[in-house]
Amino acid sequence: MIAAIAAQTLQMLLVVLLAPLLAGLVRKTKARLLRRRGPPLIQPYRDLLRLLRKEVVLAENASWLFRAAPYLIFAVIWVAAVLVPTFAIGLPFSVAADLIAIVALVGSARFLLALAGLDVGTSFGGIGSSREVMIASLAEPAMLMIIFALALIAGTTQLSVITQFMLSPEVGLRVSLALALIGLIIVAIAENARIPVDNPATHLELTMVHEAMVLEYSGRHLAMIEMAAALKLVLYISLIACIFVPWGIAASGASAAALAIGLAAYIGKLALGGVLLAVFEVTIAKMRVFRVPEFLGAALMLALLATLLRLVSRGF
Amino acid sequence: MPAALILYCVGALLALAILAAGIARRRVATPIIYGTSLVVTLAILTVVLSELLAGAQPSSITLPLGLPWIGAHFRLDALSAFFLAVVSLGAAAASLFALGYGRHESEPARVLPFFPAFLAAMNLVVLADDAFTFLLSWEFMSLTSWALVVAHHHNRDNLRAGYIYLLMASFGTLMLLFTFGMLAGPDGGYAFATIREASRSPELAALVLAFVLIGTGSKAGLVPLHVWLPLAHPAAPSHVSALMSGVMTKVAVYAFIRIVFDLLGPPEWWWSMVVLALGGITAVLGVLYALMQHDLKRLLAYHTVENIGIIFIGLGLALAFQANGLGWAAALALTAALFHVFNHSLFKSLLFFGSGAVLTSTGERDMEHLGGLIRFMPQTAFVFLVGSAAISALPPLNGFVSEWMTFQAIFLSPELPQWGLRLLIPAIGAMLALSAALAAACFVKAFGVSFLGRPRSAAAERARETDSFSLAAMFAFAGLCLVAGVLPGFVIDGLSPVTQSLIGDHMPMQAARPFLSITPAIQSHNSYSGLLIFIFVTIAASLGAYFIRSFASHKVRRSPAWDCGFPDTSPVTQYTAGSFAQPIRRVFGTMIFHAREHVAMPRPGDTQPARFSVTLRDLVWDVFYAPIGVAVSFAATRFNHLQFLTIRRYLGLVFFALVFLLLVLAVWQ
Repeated sequence: MIAAIAAQTLQMLLVVLLAPLLAGLVRKTKARLLRRRGPPLIQPYRDLLRLLRKEVVLAENASWLFRAAPYLIFAVIWVAAVLVPTFAIGLPFSVAADLIAIVALVGSARFLLALAGLDVGTSFGGIGSSREVMIASLAEPAMLMIIFALALIAGTTQLSVITQFMLSPEVGLRVSLALALIGLIIVAIAENARIPVDNPATHLELTMVHEAMVLEYSGRHLAMIEMAAALKLVLYISLIACIFVPWGIAASGASAAALAIGLAAYIGKLALGGVLLAVFEVTIAKMRVFRVPEFLGAALMLALLATLLRLVSRGF
Repeated sequence: MPAALILYCVGALLALAILAAGIARRRVATPIIYGTSLVVTLAILTVVLSELLAGAQPSSITLPLGLPWIGAHFRLDALSAFFLAVVSLGAAAASLFALGYGRHESEPARVLPFFPAFLAAMNLVVLADDAFTFLLSWEFMSLTSWALVVAHHHNRDNLRAGYIYLLMASFGTLMLLFTFGMLAGPDGGYAFATIREASRSPELAALVLAFVLIGTGSKAGLVPLHVWLPLAHPAAPSHVSALMSGVMTKVAVYAFIRIVFDLLGPPEWWWSMVVLALGGITAVLGVLYALMQHDLKRLLAYHTVENIGIIFIGLGLALAFQANGLGWAAALALTAALFHVFNHSLFKSLLFFGSGAVLTSTGERDMEHLGGLIRFMPQTAFVFLVGSAAISALPPLNGFVSEWMTFQAIFLSPELPQWGLRLLIPAIGAMLALSAALAAACFVKAFGVSFLGRPRSAAAERARETDSFSLAAMFAFAGLCLVAGVLPGFVIDGLSPVTQSLIGDHMPMQAARPFLSITPAIQSHNSYSGLLIFIFVTIAASLGAYFIRSFASHKVRRSPAWDCGFPDTSPVTQYTAGSFAQPIRRVFGTMIFHAREHVAMPRPGDTQPARFSVTLRDLVWDVFYAPIGVAVSFAATRFNHLQFLTIRRYLGLVFFALVFLLLVLAVWQ
C-alpha cells in the first residue's frame, strides 16, 4: 500500500516536472526543423520562473473569478493528468475517475478558462472564449464516440483496465483501433490548441483562440495558466500512449525494476510524442476557424465508423 | 397513514389558497402565505423522505369524492414518494425564496392565492391512484399554473404566452383522457390497481404509448411539443418559473413513468426507439435554441427542454433493457433518469432564483443590457456560477453524475439483441455528448455575459445584492448540488426501492464502496468518485496556491485592460450574447434555424451607420404549428356560414349526423 502511494506521489510530481520540458522539446524540435537554433530545452522552466517573479498587472475591473481561475484550472488539469496511467497501472486512486470523468475534468478547466476570458470585458477575450466553446462542442462528441469504440473493444471505460487489456495478446491489429487512434489524435490537437486548429506561438492574430482568452493574464497567474496548458499536453500524450502504445508500463504491484522500466519507457514515449507533434506542426498550415468543424467532424465520423465496424464484427 | 398525513398537508395548502384570496391585498399576506407554504412543504418532505429511506410498504387511502362508484384513491409508493420529495423540496425552496422576492411583487393578489393551490395540485397529481383523480389534479395543476403565468397581464407577451400554454395544456389533457380511456377499457376500471391487472393487445398498448408521449410530452416539453414552455415559464414570477421548470415538468415525467413503467405492462423493444429518438432530438434542439437566446429566463426555459430530453434518453434506455430482460441495466438507466430528475430540479430552480434576483435588482432579463454583476452581486454570482457548472455536467457537481450514469447505460447497448437499438444508441450517445458540450457553451455565455465583463447599461451598474431569504434559498440549493455530486452513492441507494418496485431490479448498493465511488454494475470496473475528485482538486489548488505564496511575487498592480494594446473604452465593444453564440450559430444554425446574417454596409462617403442583422426561423413552428394554424383558420372561414342557418337546417344536420353515427356503429359490429 505504501509503495502504491509512493508510486502515485511520484506520478503526481513527474507530470508537473516533465510538462515544461515537453513544451521545450516541442519548441526546440520545431525550431530545428525550420533550421533555427531555437531556445534551449529548459527555456520553459526559465519562463515560468521569470513569470513567478514578476508582479501581476490586473485589469481594473477584473473580479475574484479572474484571480481564482488560474489556480482552479491548474488544479483540475493536474488532477486529470495524474489520473491517466503514465508509468504504472492500477495505482490506488485510479477508482476516482474513468475516461469519461477525466475528459469531463478537462471540460471543467475549459469552462473556467472561457469565463476568465470574458471577465475583463475585452473583445479579444470574448473572441477566444466563443471560439473555444465552439471547438469544444465539436471535440467532445468525437471524444465520446472514441471512448465508446474503446469501451466496445476493451469492455470498460476505466483507463487502467483498458491498458491492461491492450497489453494482452488477444488484441492484435484492428481496424477499429486504428480509426479510434486517428480520431483521438485529431481531438488531442484541437484540445491542446495546436496547429492546424490554433497556434500556440502567436499573438495579435485574429485566428488565435487559446492565447486570446489568456491575453489579460500576467505574472504568477499566467505562469499557472501556462503550466496548465503544458500539463494538458502531457495528459493527452499519456492518454494516447497508455491506450495505443502501452508496452513497458508497469503492472499493479510490480517490482522496483519494472517501475524503473516503466518510467524510462514513459519518458521515451513522451519524447517521441513531442517530436512527432513538432514534425506534424511544421508540415501543416493553420486552417481557418470555420474549417475546424470539418476537421473535428472527421474525428467524429472516424469514431462512429470504428464503433460500427466493431458492432458488425468482433474481428475488426 | 403517511398518505393521509400528506393529504392533510395538501388540505392545508388548499385552505391557505382560500385564505390568500381573502387577505392578498394586505402587506402581511406575503410573509404569511409563503412562510406557511414553507412549513407545510417541509412537513411533506419529512414524511416522504422517511418513507423512502425506511423502504416502507405503499400506503393508500380512499376518499368518498370523485366518481361515485370508485371514489378518490390516493397511494404513496416508492415512485410517488421520490417525486413528492422532488416536488416538496423545490416548493420549499421556492417559498423561502419568495419570502424575500415576493415583497417586490407588483400584483400580489394575482400570485398569492394561486401559489399554494399550484403546490397542492402538483402533490395531488403524484398521489393520485385512479384516472379520474389524476386527470382532475392534472387539470387543476395546469389551470393554477396558467393563472400564475398571466399574473402580470399588462404585458401583451405574457397574455399570448398564457393563451398558447392553455391551448397546449388542454390538448395534453385531452390526450391523457384518451390514454386512460384506452387503459381502462370498456368496463371503465379507472382505478390504477384495476388498470395494472388488465391485459391489452400489443396494438392497443402501442396506441396508449403514443398518446402518453403526446400527453405528458406536451407538459414536459418534448420537441415538437415544447413551444409553449419557453414562452410561459419566463412570463411567470421567478419563483413560479423555478417551480414550473424545475418541478412541474418533473410531474409530467412522473406521469410518463407511472403510465408506461407501472400501468401499461411489459414493454415492447421498439417503444424504446421512439422514446430514445425523441429524447435525443429534444436534448440537442433544446440546447441549440437556448444558445440563440439573449433573454436570461427564456434561455433557462429552453434548457429545461434539453434536460427533459436527457431524462427521456434515460427512460428510453430503461425501456430497451427492460424489454430484453436485462433488469440490472434497466435499473442503471432508470436510476440515471431519476437522478437527473432530482438534479435538474435543484439546479434549474437555483438558476431561475438567480435570474429572479437579477431581475429585481436591475429590472432586466435581457443579457445584452447586463454585465459586470459579479462585482455588485457577488453572492448571487457565486451561486449562479455553481448552478451553471452543475447544469453543464462538470465534475464534481451533481449534473455530471447523472450524465455519467446515462453514458454508462449507453455503453451497455451492445448487450441488446436488436440491431436497430444497437445502431441507434451510439448515435444517441453522440447527441448526448453534443448537448452536454453545448450546454457548457451556453452557460459560459449566460454567466459570462450577465455577470462578467463591464456593465452594458445604467441599470446593471446600479445593481445591488439581493435579500437574505433569496440568498438562503439559493445557497441551500447550491450546497445540495455539491453534496449530491460529491456523495452520489447515497442518492443512488435511496433510489433503489423505486427501481425495485418498477422493474424488479436495482443498482448495486454504493455506500460501501472504496472512497465512496460509484459503479454502474457489479461486474463492471468502471467507477467514479466525486468525493475523491473534490478532495484532489482542493488539495491540488491549495498546493499550487501555497507554492505561489511561498515562492512567487505577491505584488498586484491595477491598470487599464491590456487588450493587445487597443483597449476600448466603451462597454458596447464587448462580446455580446449574440456575438458569443455566432460561431455555434454558424456551425449548427445555418441548417437547423436557417440562420442568415445580413450586413448592410453604406457606400463610401455615406454617413449612415452600417447595419448587421441576423434572422432565425423556428423550423418546428414552421413545419408543425404554422400548417395547423393555417388549416384551422381555413376551416373556420369555410364553415363560417354554418353559423347563420335556420333552425330547420340545424335540425336536419343533427338528424343526418345521428343517422351517420348509427350507420358507423352498425358497420363496426
